[in-house]
Amino acid sequence: MTSLPAFSLCDLEGHQCSFPNNKASLLCFVREECETCHLSMPVIEAVYRAYGDRINLWVVGQEDNQKLRDRYQATVPILDDTTLKVSFTYQVEIVPTIIFADVSGTEVTRWEAFHQGDWKDLIARLSQLTGVPAPAIDWSQLPALRPGCGSKSVEPGILERLTAEAENSPLRARRIEIGEREDPFEFMFDQGMTDGLPVIPPTPERVIRMLSGTRRDPQEVVGTCAPNYAPVTIEKIAVNAVMAGCKPEYLPVVTAATEALCSHEFNAHALVSTYGPCPVIVVNGPIRKRIGMNMGINVLGHGNRANATIGRAVKLILRNLGGLRPGEIERAALGSPAKYGACYPEFEERSPWEPLHVERGFDRNDSVVTLFQLEGSPHQIADQTSRTARALAGSLGLGMECGWHPKTHSVGDVLLVISPEHVDTLWRDHWSKDDLRGRIQEITSRPVRELLPTEDYGGLGAMPEQVALAHGRTQEQLNRLMPKFKSPKNIHIIVAGGPAGKWSAVFNGFGDAAVSVPVSHKIEEVV
Amino acid sequence: MRILDPTDERVPVRRSLAARPEGVMGTVGLLDINKARGDVMLKHVQQRLNELLPSVAVKYYRKLTPARPAADELRQQMLGECDFVIEGLAD
Repeated sequence: MTSLPAFSLCDLEGHQCSFPNNKASLLCFVREECETCHLSMPVIEAVYRAYGDRINLWVVGQEDNQKLRDRYQATVPILDDTTLKVSFTYQVEIVPTIIFADVSGTEVTRWEAFHQGDWKDLIARLSQLTGVPAPAIDWSQLPALRPGCGSKSVEPGILERLTAEAENSPLRARRIEIGEREDPFEFMFDQGMTDGLPVIPPTPERVIRMLSGTRRDPQEVVGTCAPNYAPVTIEKIAVNAVMAGCKPEYLPVVTAATEALCSHEFNAHALVSTYGPCPVIVVNGPIRKRIGMNMGINVLGHGNRANATIGRAVKLILRNLGGLRPGEIERAALGSPAKYGACYPEFEERSPWEPLHVERGFDRNDSVVTLFQLEGSPHQIADQTSRTARALAGSLGLGMECGWHPKTHSVGDVLLVISPEHVDTLWRDHWSKDDLRGRIQEITSRPVRELLPTEDYGGLGAMPEQVALAHGRTQEQLNRLMPKFKSPKNIHIIVAGGPAGKWSAVFNGFGDAAVSVPVSHKIEEVV
Repeated sequence: MRILDPTDERVPVRRSLAARPEGVMGTVGLLDINKARGDVMLKHVQQRLNELLPSVAVKYYRKLTPARPAADELRQQMLGECDFVIEGLAD
């Protein structure tokens, strides 16, 4: 049996009524626009006239209470719960909800909607308790059962406000009041909270709605976000996800990406670099379809809400929590359009290969994000003529050689996006991903002597191996072949894109393979 | 309208500068963050220090990569060995 929360409400004459008050109580939650509440009112009135001097019998009205009383000329006290706080605290989801409590305020019985049987049982109990006979009610004029209506306290928008304002609200973030005459969008620009585009104001109601997308504790700290190493809670992720325009069902993806972002291996600190890298997020597994991500036409472009806002939310987290603001600690010389966000799903169904997350040790049915630290803008590689896997892989390799600098070899991780038409060409010859990687390494292998800077070009960048070779080199060292990538494993491959078009694309990465390691993180399953 | 603060809510920490010494003495550490051509600049600095302040010792240190903060061990080593530090920062 449940001990019910205490409350104090005023009736329509302004008298304060407090619960509990050493009497048994019958609480009838109703709203004026509910027909089943109207059906119940004469019964409630009859029960009040019979037992109202022995027990508390209160109608708890959610709206238009005066109208309700006038219509029935009710004498039963109607308590004003138009703020809906008591309805919310009592977890009333359907009206009418009838609750009978003993003198200590412990719930004895509760039902929703109209049930003749429940009313008769209750009246029998009250007769026994008080010694007063049952009131005369013509039950033959009433249905045995009639469903109720939704409580006003659980309507969209209202439920979130009540949750945010409740004493046990899950929200802890500082509340900022925006003046009535201030434009909230301009205010958020002025406060430096946006990425240069308007953001959705993160009202408590919207953040509560966003938090419905996860089962995790809003105050759980998922990590610390570089470069300021600020603690990141689920609540703060939700606030920034609202601003980015996410739906609640995207929140687990944003959260998993943030967890990867905060990892030591990913080294988000390097995002301050003049090089201008971005977190590039790849999503795998069933969640792609569940949240409606675009894997096809224009996959790396605009137009899909999930693709666009998940990546943007992660960037807003970096800005607002990590402190990554351009011109301040973020020093990108050029940056890229993907600094607004970069998040793409793999088109697993269109690929003959194991998807990225399976290659990285996850189950195919897991939903997973993988974060790369790369140039945000993909470099497209055209090949409309190759009819063999070998020829196409050669083209892709040559196209990839220009990353960082064409003469800089032994570089780190890149993400290669193979289009459906190109993957068909590769698979016609039964080439695996490793075959493709091997051919890219083979065709890009150059003698070290060709990679050293000359009077006509530079290009060493910061590659320690090449710098070392440039000093005191031997003929043997100069003739040694050096492929573009430090290891074939640095070439990460996914399939995505529209049905037509012989283009693939590469997201280039740091010349220095030690800077950042791609990190995968499993996404919370909420359904 | 009421909104929730999307930031970390930390009041910026005001840090005071270390006391300024009267002159340069003891050991000057040069920290090369491993950025291209940073070593060229620091070696010039080293040469000028040797010419102008021959009584001052100069030590050269190097980070593994510019993209990560210096390792704790390196920071502790420099703290123990140096009275001054000059860093070749960024581009």
